[in-house]
Amino acid sequence: MRSGFWHGIDDRIGFSSVLMPILKHPVPRGTGWWYVLGSATLFSFIVQVATGIALATAYVPAASEAYNSLQYITNVALFGRILRGIHDVGGSAMVILIGLHAMRVFLFGSYKFPREINWLSGVGLLFMTLGMAFTGQLMRWDQNGFWTVVIIVQQVGRVPWIGTWIAQFLLGGDTVGGATLSRFFAWHVFWIPALIFGLIGLHLYLVLHVGISEPPKLGRVVDPAKYRQWYQNHLQREGVPFWPDAAWRDVVFAVAMISIVVAIAVIFGPITALTKPPDPTIIDATPRPDWYFVWYFGVLALTPPTIEDLVIILGPLCLVALLIVIPFVGNAGERHPLRRPWTIATCVLVILMVGLFTTLGTIAPWSPRFDAPPLSAQVVGTTSGQVAEGAKLFHDRGCEYCHTIAGNGGLRGPDLTNVADRLTSDQMTIRILNGGTNMPAFAANLTPQETKDLVAFLDTRKQR
Amino acid sequence: MPEPGDQGSQETEIGPLRRRLLAWMSVALGGFAATIVGIPVVGFLVGPWFAPTKTAWRSVGKVDQFAVGTTTQVNFQDASPLSWGGVSAMTAAWLRREAVDQFIAYSINCTHLGCPVRWEAGAKLFLCPCHGGVYYSDGQVAAGPPPLPLPRYPVRVNNGEVEVLAGPLPLPSNELSQYSNYASGAGGGASK
Repeated sequence: MRSGFWHGIDDRIGFSSVLMPILKHPVPRGTGWWYVLGSATLFSFIVQVATGIALATAYVPAASEAYNSLQYITNVALFGRILRGIHDVGGSAMVILIGLHAMRVFLFGSYKFPREINWLSGVGLLFMTLGMAFTGQLMRWDQNGFWTVVIIVQQVGRVPWIGTWIAQFLLGGDTVGGATLSRFFAWHVFWIPALIFGLIGLHLYLVLHVGISEPPKLGRVVDPAKYRQWYQNHLQREGVPFWPDAAWRDVVFAVAMISIVVAIAVIFGPITALTKPPDPTIIDATPRPDWYFVWYFGVLALTPPTIEDLVIILGPLCLVALLIVIPFVGNAGERHPLRRPWTIATCVLVILMVGLFTTLGTIAPWSPRFDAPPLSAQVVGTTSGQVAEGAKLFHDRGCEYCHTIAGNGGLRGPDLTNVADRLTSDQMTIRILNGGTNMPAFAANLTPQETKDLVAFLDTRKQR
Repeated sequence: MPEPGDQGSQETEIGPLRRRLLAWMSVALGGFAATIVGIPVVGFLVGPWFAPTKTAWRSVGKVDQFAVGTTTQVNFQDASPLSWGGVSAMTAAWLRREAVDQFIAYSINCTHLGCPVRWEAGAKLFLCPCHGGVYYSDGQVAAGPPPLPLPRYPVRVNNGEVEVLAGPLPLPSNELSQYSNYASGAGGGASK
């Protein structure tokens, strides 16, 4: 009877006649674990949608209440902390996975004929994912969320002629306010996911239509005139059904990924903690992006001011253009990465650059160390007299925000621990009064006596 | 003779011209429906472009509260806040009493990328926590990446109260707006 019931359902749905053939469509043999990253990205997106919908039942997307609703979700609601944790960690997982997937496709030349459109839809998905990551961090609507909006609006404001219009569009007005969070909520929950769903549909349809690329082989070149027939023959000779011969790896990897995400969420909760409320009158804010954008924070800090507008406006456009052009300049020929060493070099360079700028952005040596404590008596070497007065000025006048002495202070300027070994008193005086590269002039901020005291202290900074 | 249920064969065959006409009509009707829905949707989204720029004088305290030569943080509400804006509808400025009858209100937004600058009274400098921007006490750039001096809000003294003109968020492209003083760092000062 149960079999009869299932047959009836199956007959009407078409599971056996339509869906199973799709699941069992032949794919090239030997794809291995390299090919699980795409499905893992898809599963991470599904996790984000599921947890996001759940969060949306309690999250209040009003600027006045969003922060409070997040406090409620995190600290009061059943499973709220874990749910926020899964959504937080899952977002990071999705960014990592889509990056790895894009890199694998690039290295294996899978964007070549006839999969160029699949690459383009993938580029769209990559940027939509980054858009979700960005708007997602705004949803926290804490100090970081508020100032992130200001920072992005300042950047778009640099676009000539239409910068103000773009800024007003993002803000929902002239300032950050009630309309702003509502707009970004709509982007994060409706607009961008709708685009992602559409692009995923296209992406998956194309995977079925043109097939999964075969693992690259040295000497086996892609010839657009012959590839399609060759691929069909290859599948007939060596193809295996996707389900379960190849799909089992996708399942194992996806389950492992989801398990890790959930485990981290259970143990740690949301990795990115809520900072203070989104009150712009709290001046002692230190806005920082979430980890996947820290590299860009570093780029903005280190770009020379003379070309900064070009970097901000043209940089992203050039990146998009480069990614779009890839399948059109190299859609034939060798696919194996060893025969395309420039792809390996590109990936290594990207990883190194992102890693380097992320490290720099995390340390942020250019940011003043406002929390630097006054120098201790042990460091100064005395508690009275001109040297002690100079040490006090070194802290009170803000020198320590940017300069380090004996491990205390900022990294913006040179380490002054042993400055007297390389500068004379006169040189120090000139530098302090006139300033230098990235250093203000203190002539108007120090009396002559204060200058002498400060230099007297710095004169004691010698290698012992 | 028609089979039971075989009603379609009784219809007249659609000619190619009529078929083309029906196809184009379908597309046109679809375009019409998309347009009549799209206009209010798009219009709603770009509504801020057509809203007049709002400004409002906000009192930030009595004149006597501010000593000459000091720089103080003052908080005030945006010019046109929505009721659900909460604390996000507030903003702040650094109010400097330059002389007995001269007030200058500096925006807290660094001209580099908008981060809130801090006034360090000991150093007599504005310092930005983000990328190392530094301004002198008069708002001029002292060091770092900021391209422009700190923007200034118009300030006035009105019946013994210091008032700041709240307005749009200072932006690089605001040069084209009426708040040209934001870009040049000029303007400000008290008026009665």
